Amino acid sequence: MTANETIHPTAPAPEIDASCRLPLLALLVGASVWLVVGTVLALIASIKFHAPEFLAACPLLTYGRVVAAANDALVYGFCLPASLAVIIWVFARLSQTVYTLPLVPVVAAHIWHLGVFIGLLSILLGHSTGFTWLEFPRGGSILLFVAFVLIAIPTAASFGFRLEKDLYPSHWFLLAALLWFPWSYASANIFLVAMPVRGVAQGVVNLWFANNLLYVWFSLVGLGIGFYFLPKLTGRPLQTYYYALYVFWTLALFGTWCGLPQGSPFPAWITTLSSVAAVLLIVPLIGVTVVFGRSLGGPGSDGPMGGPLSFVKFGLVSFLLSTLMYIALACPQISRLLEFTWFGVAQSQLQILGFLAMVLFGAIYYILPRALGFDFIAPQFIRAHCFLAGLGVVFWVAPLALAGYAQGANAYSLDASLNWLRISTLGLGFILLGNLLFALNILAMFLTWKLNLVKTLFAAITAPLKVSEVKS
Amino acid sequence: MAASIQLGSVTQTTVLNSSDVYPPQRTGDATLGLQVYRANGCAACHTEQVRQEGVTCAVVLTGAGKNPQAVTNLLATLTLTGLTKEAADAVADQITAAGGKVEIHIVPVGTDIDHGWGVRRSVAEDYLHDYPVQLGSLRAGPDLANIGVRAPDANWQLLHLYAPQSVTGTSRMPSFKYLFTVQKVGATPSPDALNLPAAFAAPAGFEVVPKPEARQLAAYLLSLRANVPVYDAPFTPPAQP
Repeated sequence: MTANETIHPTAPAPEIDASCRLPLLALLVGASVWLVVGTVLALIASIKFHAPEFLAACPLLTYGRVVAAANDALVYGFCLPASLAVIIWVFARLSQTVYTLPLVPVVAAHIWHLGVFIGLLSILLGHSTGFTWLEFPRGGSILLFVAFVLIAIPTAASFGFRLEKDLYPSHWFLLAALLWFPWSYASANIFLVAMPVRGVAQGVVNLWFANNLLYVWFSLVGLGIGFYFLPKLTGRPLQTYYYALYVFWTLALFGTWCGLPQGSPFPAWITTLSSVAAVLLIVPLIGVTVVFGRSLGGPGSDGPMGGPLSFVKFGLVSFLLSTLMYIALACPQISRLLEFTWFGVAQSQLQILGFLAMVLFGAIYYILPRALGFDFIAPQFIRAHCFLAGLGVVFWVAPLALAGYAQGANAYSLDASLNWLRISTLGLGFILLGNLLFALNILAMFLTWKLNLVKTLFAAITAPLKVSEVKS
Repeated sequence: MAASIQLGSVTQTTVLNSSDVYPPQRTGDATLGLQVYRANGCAACHTEQVRQEGVTCAVVLTGAGKNPQAVTNLLATLTLTGLTKEAADAVADQITAAGGKVEIHIVPVGTDIDHGWGVRRSVAEDYLHDYPVQLGSLRAGPDLANIGVRAPDANWQLLHLYAPQSVTGTSRMPSFKYLFTVQKVGATPSPDALNLPAAFAAPAGFEVVPKPEARQLAAYLLSLRANVPVYDAPFTPPAQP
C-alpha cells in the first residue's frame, strides 16, 4: 500500500472517516435500538419456557410471534444495517477515497429502519409470512430490498473509484456480500411470497435462503471484516492473502448448498447434496483456522484486553465453533440425534450473537470515534460490554446446545432440557446488559454530535458580523 | 431451483392398493386454520415432518392351514419382524411349505415412528395444498404431522388450545386464551362452551366459547393426517375391521 500512496494522491484518513460520518450514524443509531429491542424480545420468549402463562393472554406477545420478531430484530434490525455501516467505512478506507454520495445511504438507512419497524409490527400483529427468516410481509421486505440496493450501489461505486488498485481479501468477501443478499433475498421472496412455488418446494426455498443468509452471508461479512481488522488491530500482516482467497472460494462454492436437513420430506438427492456440501465446509474452516492462527502469532501489539480486538477474536472463534456445529448437524448419525432440537437454535444464535455481532461490535468501537472525531462518552463501558457479551454468549449458546442433546437423547422431551434452558435465559440477560451499554454509548455519541451541530449552528448565527459586511 | 422443477409438478396421487386420491383438499375451516397456525408462529415449536430411517419387512401369519401345530412350532423358531425383503421371502417360503398362509408387511422404521408420530415418513404430497408450508425446525413440542390421527377429537383440541395443562398436565405450551371469549352465560348456556375441568373453568356464571379462529385452528389440526401409504413411502396399513 505504501508504494501506491506515493503514486496516487490519496485522501488522508481523517477526511475519509469524516465522509462516512452521516451514513454510519444513520445506520448505527437505528441498529443499536433494534439490537436492544431484539434482545428484550428474545428474553421475553426465553422466559416463556419457565412460565408458559407469562404474557400469554396478549396475542401480540405469544411465543411464536415474539421469537420470530426477536430473531428478525437481531438479524434485520442490527446485523444487516451494522454490517452495511462497517462495509461502507472499510470500502472507503481500502479505496483511499472519500465516500461517494454519502446522502444516499442516509436516506436508505431511514427506509431500512422503517422496513424493519413495519416488518416487526406485522409479525407481532400476526401478519408474518410464516417462512423462517423471511417473516417480514411485502410491506417490510420491499423496503429492505430497496434500501439495501441503495446502499450497495454507492458503496460498490466507491470500490470502483478506488485509488488503491490492489485488491485486499476483504474486498472479495464484502463485495460478494453486497451482491449476495439482494440476489438471495429477492429470489426467496419471489418464490415464496410473490409467485409462491407449490407445496414442499417452499420448504426447500426457505431453507436455502436461511442458509444463504445465516451461514453464507454472515460468514462473508464477518470474515471480510475480521480479515480487515485482525491485521489493523494487531499490527501484523494477514497470514496470508492466498489462504484468505482460498477460504473465500471454498466458502462460496460449498456454503451455498448447505442447510437442508437429512430427514426432510424432500427428494433424497437434495438433502444428500446438502450434507455433502456441509461436510466439505471443513475446507474453508481449516483455511480460516490457519489464517486466524498465523495472523495472531508473531510480534505485534494486541492492544488492551476488552478492546475491539477482543471482540473480533471472540467472533472468529465463535465462527469456527458454529461451523463445526453446522457440519455436525449435517452428518446423518449426529443429526438423527440433534435435528429439530435446541442444538440448531444454539448454532444459529452462535452465528448471530457470537460471531457476526461480536465482530461488528469490535469494528464499530474502532470506527465510530474516528468517524466522528471524538471518543466515546463512556469508554469504560466497552470493556464491560466485552465481558458481558463474552460471558453472555457462552451462557446462552452452551446450555442451548446441551439442551438440544438432552432433548435428542430423551425422545424430544422438553422437561429433560428445561434446566439447561433456565441457564440460557441467564446468558441472555448478560447479553442484554452488554447490548444496553453498547446502545447507550452509540446514542450518547449521536446526541453529542447533534449537540455539537446545534452549537456550531448557534455560534454561526450569533457570531458578530464581519466589519467588511457591515460596511457594504 | 431444480427442486422447483421436480416438485412443482407434484400432483394428487393415488393411495396404494386403493382408488382413493391423496391428499384430499383441506376443508375451508382447515385452510383458514393454517393461517391461524402461521399467524401465531406455531411452527416455532412444532414440526410437521416425520423422518424415517428405512423399511423392514414383517411376516404375518394369516391362516394356520391344515397343520396348525407344525406351523406354531415353526413360528417359535423364526424371527418374523425387522427382516430384509430377501429374509422375509425366505421365512414366508418356509411357513408356506409347512402349510401356513402368510402376508409380508412393509414396516417403516425410525425414531419418529417409534415415538408414534406417524406410520411413515412425510412426503412431498402431504403439503400439496398448503401455503405457507409450515415444516418447522424445532420440536419444543411434539411433531404435528399426524396430530389429527393421534387426537381426532375437536373438543380435546379446543381444550388443549385454551388450557394445555388441563389435558396434558406437564405441558409447557402457552395457553391461547385470546382465541376464546369468556362470556356471561345467557338464558341457555352456549352449546359451544368448553367443558373445562374445575381448576381451569371460567368463574361461576361465565362460559368459555371458542372464537372462529380457534375452531379453524382445531379443524386444521384435525386435518393433519398423513397416514395413508403412497408410492414414495409405502407401508402395509393395518387390516380394516
